[in-house]
Amino acid sequence: MSRRLITLLPLAVFLAVAVYFALALRPNRDTQALPSVMIDKPVPAFDLPSLADGPNLSPAAASGEVVVINYFASWCVPCRIEHPVLMALKSQKVTLWGIAYKDKPEESRTFIAQSGDPYARIGVDRDGRTGFDFGVYGVPETYVIDRAGHIRKRFVGPLTPEIAERELVPLVRALAKP
Amino acid sequence: MKALLALLLLLALPALAVEPNERLADPALEARARALSRGLRCLVCRNESIDESHADLAHDVRVLLRERLSAGDSDTAAIRFITDRYGDFVLLDPPLKTSTMVLWMAPPALLVVAFGGVLLAARRRRAPPAPLTAEEQARLATLLKGQE
Amino acid sequence: MLIELGHFALILALAVAICQATLPLIGASRRHGGWMAFADMAAMVQFALVGIAFAALMHAYIVSDFTVINVAHNSHTDKPLLYKIAGVWGNHEGSMLLWVLILAFCGAAVAAFGGRLPATLKARVLAVQAMTGTGFLAFILLTSNPFLRTDLPPANGEGLNPVLQDPGLAFHPPFLYLGYVGSSVAFAFAVAALIEGRVDAAWARWVRPWALASWAMLTLGIALGSWWAYYTLGWGGWWFWDPVENASFMPWLLGTALIHSAIVVEKRDALKSWTVLLAIITFALSLVGTFLVRSGVLTSVHAFAVDPARGTFILFLLIAAIGGSLTLYAIRAPAMQAGGLFAPVSREGALVLNNLLLATATATVFLGTLYPLALDLMTGEKISVGPPFFNKTFGPLMVPVLVAMAAGPLMGWKRADLLGALQRLWAAFAIAGLVVLTGLYLTFGGPVMAVFGFGLAAWTAVGALVEWAERVALFRTSAANSFRRARNLPRAAWGTTLAHLGMGITVAGISASAYEREQIDILAIGATMRLGAYDVRLDAMSKENGPNFTADDATISVLKDGAVVAVMHPQRRFFPLQKQTTSQTAIRSSLFADLYLALGEPDGKGGWTVRAYWKPLISWIWSGALVMALGAAVSLSDRRWRVAAAARRGTLGVRA
Repeated sequence: MSRRLITLLPLAVFLAVAVYFALALRPNRDTQALPSVMIDKPVPAFDLPSLADGPNLSPAAASGEVVVINYFASWCVPCRIEHPVLMALKSQKVTLWGIAYKDKPEESRTFIAQSGDPYARIGVDRDGRTGFDFGVYGVPETYVIDRAGHIRKRFVGPLTPEIAERELVPLVRALAKP
Repeated sequence: MKALLALLLLLALPALAVEPNERLADPALEARARALSRGLRCLVCRNESIDESHADLAHDVRVLLRERLSAGDSDTAAIRFITDRYGDFVLLDPPLKTSTMVLWMAPPALLVVAFGGVLLAARRRRAPPAPLTAEEQARLATLLKGQE
Repeated sequence: MLIELGHFALILALAVAICQATLPLIGASRRHGGWMAFADMAAMVQFALVGIAFAALMHAYIVSDFTVINVAHNSHTDKPLLYKIAGVWGNHEGSMLLWVLILAFCGAAVAAFGGRLPATLKARVLAVQAMTGTGFLAFILLTSNPFLRTDLPPANGEGLNPVLQDPGLAFHPPFLYLGYVGSSVAFAFAVAALIEGRVDAAWARWVRPWALASWAMLTLGIALGSWWAYYTLGWGGWWFWDPVENASFMPWLLGTALIHSAIVVEKRDALKSWTVLLAIITFALSLVGTFLVRSGVLTSVHAFAVDPARGTFILFLLIAAIGGSLTLYAIRAPAMQAGGLFAPVSREGALVLNNLLLATATATVFLGTLYPLALDLMTGEKISVGPPFFNKTFGPLMVPVLVAMAAGPLMGWKRADLLGALQRLWAAFAIAGLVVLTGLYLTFGGPVMAVFGFGLAAWTAVGALVEWAERVALFRTSAANSFRRARNLPRAAWGTTLAHLGMGITVAGISASAYEREQIDILAIGATMRLGAYDVRLDAMSKENGPNFTADDATISVLKDGAVVAVMHPQRRFFPLQKQTTSQTAIRSSLFADLYLALGEPDGKGGWTVRAYWKPLISWIWSGALVMALGAAVSLSDRRWRVAAAARRGTLGVRA
């Protein structure tokens, strides 16, 4: 290697680093996105008491249909922001299951009573153990389960109307096809 | 959003890391739990281990980790229990795999390259100057001629 | 009115900086004395103008002028005066203004004290300094202006984050910035030398005091930050390998390499192009640190509020300053004549080894800090790189550094007798060996690494003392003669001894952390828990009122063998304004160990969570840093800097 090439090396390294920094500054880069390791794995086993006085909620209750599982809590502000989107999903015939995450059942009930119930069924995950099995970081999080009972997609944070229209609903429709 | 969440959690819970009621009665088991939890990242925090963090989720992971150890899990099995759900992201000590090869190999490689470079430079400098090329010979001749 | 004056002064400072960045350069290339001399005046004026701007902002903080948005967001009338002042740099905008103030101060100092510098070099150094200044002044005025007013001033301010209301943290940023920005002078000298195309011993002799001073400030800044973390966080952690810490640690590591390689340039006229490169990259890392902390690229515990626009601006500054200087380096460095030859085993060789290891260590920290981001950008995969990685990679790199550190100063220039140097270190070797054997015997089955850490610490510290003893011929001549020799020893030599001794002290403190004891329990009033050899008893709880907080105050007695050795008062403070609770730890420091208490939450049944720690030698970590900085200060007071600098390209000052 000639001396000239060696003296060019620091500049080359710096430019490479600068390109990385520029990429990292991309305005639409989601710094908080976290890929789930549960994707394409069977939905974890759970058996949660129902928020209403119905039977317990477990994966078997899906009986071969596509379901969307939404973790929520009455204490969670973003969940309230997300709620109208869930109501819209319900009207589009998307099967939603709610899991009340680390929330007092009576407070979950009040929340649902006030804001409307988008869920076909609601399970109570009082200690967050089921959430842990799903790999939940915080609420809200939303999981799409296919007909074979595998997790196909996770949405972290509140669903927006755009995400619901562009990503969630098309995915659910596609998975629903036999 | 996550940042906001983490912030809210921080504000709501001014507790400090490991709480007395979380600890295991068996000191050996508790010591293992502490050692393991120092290597696990608090998921909703920024660069904190669950051992240091006050976040709610860190508390959950601490409790679960202790449950697994109490149930007789080995250290690897207990860690596996968590990485199965949250991925390698939780490990503050990144495992050696294809994607972390560069990370782990770079420090020793850099050292070797640096040493090699210095030795090479030293050898080159001590070597007698290379004989002049034909072109340089010619140039020298013309220069000398010009001086006369 | 004052605020507008400050704003205006800052705009004027930018204008002056632009002139200072251009005219002297032209003057230097055309050998136009007046244009070169303009740089001196401009540097002084620029400093005065930024000083006015800074004073205006500080005044707004002191009088709580909430029509200024920056003050309204970060201050409050109830805040103690100290934190009103510290609040000026407790936020992004204000801290950037402090940055620029220090930058201008350094420029003015070069202008004022660089009387003996060759006119062209001085003009170019000041011009480069002003280029940096121009970039950051524009950054402040365009993206982070602290002088903006609001038409609707709030009745009171939002206050400063309670965590930041602490004496340690109040002075942490100024020192850190003095360190960061001080390295801009070495950078300016490097770039000026590249423009001139000449690096020689005299150049190194001008650069080294600056590099040394900024290194000392950075040492103090980092130590202060670490000490703050120790007493604030409630469990005594003092270093986390957090990206922001790493951002300050990288320039420190490379700055350490720089102050050593500059010795080789000064004494032996070798390693010139490498030293210039070090000066550039040390400052580059300071800028990268600023970029990382303020752009939101990396998330960290102590990052400032982020704004992508600022990130983009700093990135452009970075590319201009670093890309520009490295391009200049690529063009000019190949032409630099390599100087004095030396054998691998020699003082130069030891300093090269030091540089190699420190540069590799810096690269390791850099990689560890940025790898998760790089991997995420390339593959979307998320990984964490935490303390275990750095302990495994950085740790082993420091072992040879410490081993070589004791031997280096005992080796002669050009060609040294390694065996002879090692023989003279027999005392260090014996004591280190004794420490390791005793340690292994006493703590059999305990932490082995820590014992070897102590051994290394002893080797380093005793090695530094042996070198000093050699110089003053201790025990080999009469005491009076030794004393005379010690008095005649150049201050720079004293500085080396102190700095290396300080490193040994710090390493001992770090190693000792393996032996700390911890006890966490819920104590009712009157209850006791055991902490190693101590009993910790909660005597009473009371409520206290501070200026802007209320506190639960615990009275805790620490007993040894039934006798009270300390009564301590850890608190939990509640700041109603921010609705935030902080933990005020109680620490009783002694030379050999700290007792550390933190108060946790009440259990609602009359009990309180109490965390108690016994931390042996922990204060040595920061004391060592203080000794290192003191070493640098002593070295800086060496009159050879001033006398010898007079003789540009003259003889290399005869070594005393």
